[in-house]
Amino acid sequence: MTALLVALGAAVGAPLRFVLATRLDGRLPWGTFAVNVAGSFLLGLLSAASLSSDGLALLGVGFCGGFTTYSAFSVQTHDLGRRRGSAYAAATIVVSLGACALGFWLGA
Amino acid sequence: MRAAPAPRLVVAVAVGGALGALARWGVGEAFPTGAEAFPWATFAVNVVGSFALALLPAFALVRRSRTVAVALGPGVLGGFTTLSAYSEQARALLDADRVGVAALYLVGTLAACLLAVSVGSRLAGPEPPGAVE
Repeated sequence: MTALLVALGAAVGAPLRFVLATRLDGRLPWGTFAVNVAGSFLLGLLSAASLSSDGLALLGVGFCGGFTTYSAFSVQTHDLGRRRGSAYAAATIVVSLGACALGFWLGA
Repeated sequence: MRAAPAPRLVVAVAVGGALGALARWGVGEAFPTGAEAFPWATFAVNVVGSFALALLPAFALVRRSRTVAVALGPGVLGGFTTLSAYSEQARALLDADRVGVAALYLVGTLAACLLAVSVGSRLAGPEPPGAVE
């Protein structure tokens, strides 16, 4: 049951990320950046709200986990080169962490 | 803004993403980590997934078929790896005053993933830019 919820959540989150990244990623990967920040915000919010374990599997592990991506983030950072890659990596990590904390604060 | 991807590709990513997320969930279930410990399971998932994404262009089938490429890249590996859990775990560690572990986790994951990508892309060899995202 839990496995099904995880798969279901990711089956929505992953294609949503793909569409946004395809449309918005250009010279700089703004789509992937926005997805990672938004997904971190939502997971912070969900973590503060006392969800059932089923709800967390569907929305947290499934949707947010499938929506956000570390693999594309690290490949993009690598491909952007030292200067722009460092800025992209730092911006993603700092803004995502801040968004997550904000979500947690709002959800508590 | 670019055009929306073909529906066939979106479905391929949905199927791949579900499989990747299941694998990530399985790893987390097999190796549970306490709330205040270094999140090894997510760390390993993100490093392995980053390595695999960089390595993908090495496979002829991935180079030939856009559907296979997106099913495996943004699909399986995008669904497998996660940045939301990474943020939330770091936030929880900071909240618990585990500042050193949080910093080590944030920086260590990035460093290990970048190293994995550089090894993976070296193994994959030169590729036309933007072949796999």
